[in-house]
Amino acid sequence: MIDAQTRRLTLWHLSVAFCAFLIACILGFYQVVERSGIFPALQSAKVYFASVSTHGVLMAYVLTTFFIMGFGYYTAATSLKRPIWHPTLAWAGFGLSLLGTVLAAIPLLLGRASVLYTFYPPIQASPWFYIGAALLVVGSWAWCAVMLVMALVWKRENANRPLPLAMYATTLNALLWLWTSVGVALEVVLQLIPWSLGWTQTIDPGLARTLFAWTLHPIVYFWLIPAYIALYCFVPKAAGGFLFSDEIARLAFLGLVLFGLPIGFHHLYVDPEQAAGWKLLHGIGTFLVAIPTLVTGFTVLASLEIAGRLNGGKGLFGWIGTLPWGNPMVLSAILALLMLILGGFGGIINASYALNTMVHNTAWVSGHFHLIFAGTTVIMYFAIAYHLWPRLTGKALYSNHLAPVQLWLWFSGMVLLSTPWHVLGLLGQPRRISSVTYHSLLTLSWQPYELFMIMGGGLLLASAILFGYLLVKTLTHSALQADLDPAYAETPYPHKNLPAWLENFKLWNLIIGALMLLSFGIPIAQFFFLKTYGSTPWGY
Amino acid sequence: MHIDPLEKKWVYIALATIGFFLGVIALTAWIGGIYPPSNVETINPARLHLSEEFAENKLGLKIQPDGSIKVVMVAGRYGFYPRRIVVPADTPITFRFASLDVLHGVHLPMTNLNTMIVPGYIAQVTTKFPIPGDYPLLCNEYCGLGHDFMWSKVTVVDKQTWKHEFGGRP
Ligand code: HEM
Ligand SMILES: [Cu+2]
Ligand SMILES: [Cu+2]
Repeated sequence: MIDAQTRRLTLWHLSVAFCAFLIACILGFYQVVERSGIFPALQSAKVYFASVSTHGVLMAYVLTTFFIMGFGYYTAATSLKRPIWHPTLAWAGFGLSLLGTVLAAIPLLLGRASVLYTFYPPIQASPWFYIGAALLVVGSWAWCAVMLVMALVWKRENANRPLPLAMYATTLNALLWLWTSVGVALEVVLQLIPWSLGWTQTIDPGLARTLFAWTLHPIVYFWLIPAYIALYCFVPKAAGGFLFSDEIARLAFLGLVLFGLPIGFHHLYVDPEQAAGWKLLHGIGTFLVAIPTLVTGFTVLASLEIAGRLNGGKGLFGWIGTLPWGNPMVLSAILALLMLILGGFGGIINASYALNTMVHNTAWVSGHFHLIFAGTTVIMYFAIAYHLWPRLTGKALYSNHLAPVQLWLWFSGMVLLSTPWHVLGLLGQPRRISSVTYHSLLTLSWQPYELFMIMGGGLLLASAILFGYLLVKTLTHSALQADLDPAYAETPYPHKNLPAWLENFKLWNLIIGALMLLSFGIPIAQFFFLKTYGSTPWGY
Repeated sequence: MHIDPLEKKWVYIALATIGFFLGVIALTAWIGGIYPPSNVETINPARLHLSEEFAENKLGLKIQPDGSIKVVMVAGRYGFYPRRIVVPADTPITFRFASLDVLHGVHLPMTNLNTMIVPGYIAQVTTKFPIPGDYPLLCNEYCGLGHDFMWSKVTVVDKQTWKHEFGGRP
């Protein structure tokens, strides 16, 4: 049984995350309908951009950060088998992040911060928006501290044992997030807040974009790592088998953290303020970071195959049918991998230094990240929620039949939403538009795809509501449940001599520092040598 | 450390695939000269109208002394100026953009004319358009509530027609 403090912490974090998610899904559905132009009465750029800004911030920052913090507390307490270190610090972080969320949400909903979740200057939002965003991040640093200290204390007491895999990955994720958030923190604290308060007159958008790019790529691994933890640590056991390789999993997590950080310039491929050589360097790193993901795909599939064969599957593909498809964890993993394959293909195109210009900032990009973020990542968040909820509330999941239905709905909705979205991008539709007004024949070819997107959005909204319903019903109506133990997958090979360097976090910090200096040092320093011209603030 | 032989094989396959992709990218960059737009060149966005290159009467298509074609455009809410340009097909054209207000992006659909226009910096792209026709020149970065109304027009005509009807006249 998990201690009450941990259960409360995790439940509160996940509840905030999923409330944000549900609100944002309603906004998302409104957006697909509005932008299609099929209902002229709905058309309003003002409402649309307030909505997209809120949807983006809730999904990318609030859902993710709170979910990851909550899941991290659960992982630390259950895998290390001890209570949370300094729960007051954890609650303080929670409170600060929540305060930041509320401070940012007010101007967002009032249309005073319609600057989208990327808030690129010199369009300026209400200072409260930037202050709120900063507090959300600062609150999450408390979580990082708790995770790192718990891992280090455990290491000190268990000198000869490796950290449990789930905790190893969580510790790396805390480290990753600290490094990741520095870029945007510098941008917000040194540039945006003073400028939005009127303390400085101008801002350099080139420097701001460079700092934001520092954060914008590794943040996706911050979001993704919990999904991978579930793939490695929960899925094999839920499927009835073993984790194929614990060592490879550790290397994959390490690879994501090392190579995920110094590559943000693939978001700046077509930016004029950075030179081609740096972009190529970051481009090479971007391809390297595909390797941990390719390896993950293999190891997870191999683990599923082991399970399928243990369940009696024979022949080349017979093991697929004997997997427990009705188990939410296993089903999510299969659907997540399918979306990861499709999304990974698109990602290779985006990452390609030159090919990127064909799709940059078109609707393709929105399609791509919905597929891989709202698809692969979020479907694993659902699986984790179904896995954790009974263990946190002490109640059996309200319905074991509706959970797979919800997951299938999400998957079909996402395919239906993101496939036409990709096509629209290839047909030249820009991202972030509230209506289709261009006087060009080209726009005629866009219309049927908009219609499919609405259908996809409808399925997704239905799925999201069903998800919320299941969690609430479990809390309020379910019978008591017996099996409350955490269920981490085992590996058929005992750890023999796991090399010590895997857990030498000091060493990895130094290496990350060197890589960051190499890839961002001169590109950031150049703004202090170049004769640059700041921009005055603009409304929208 | 225990790594299964199968897994080792897969890692080699992954490395080889990624290596192949990177090789193709490096080759097209170094041999084909295909780079994304990346000239680090600054300009005062508040004084574009007084600048040598981006003053209102200097904008549009220019034939350079060496015969190459340059197009100078200003991006501002909500349009790319001049609003309409005619260019020859299959001819290298160098575009230079500057923003007079906020961040914009510019994309000519189905082509690789695609660059961010960051205020304070000049964005430069050289490309060729193989297929004649009327193209919308769209803004592809959120720049305010009128973002979806920000477009101009590029007409690509075949080389001969362009020479006879538009040659020398921007
Ligand atoms: C009901 C399901 C959803 C629908 C119908 C939906 C739809 C949309 C639409 C139409 C946009 C505007 C894109 C544009 O104007 O170019 C958008 C933006 C966005 N969506 Fe979703 N979405 C959904 C779920 C999600 C989820 C689950 C996530 C991530 C966890 C997500 C993340 C984002 C982000 C970060 C943006 C901001 C993009 C930007 O600023 O360019 N969405 N979504
Ligand atoms: Cu990225
Ligand atoms: Cu725009």
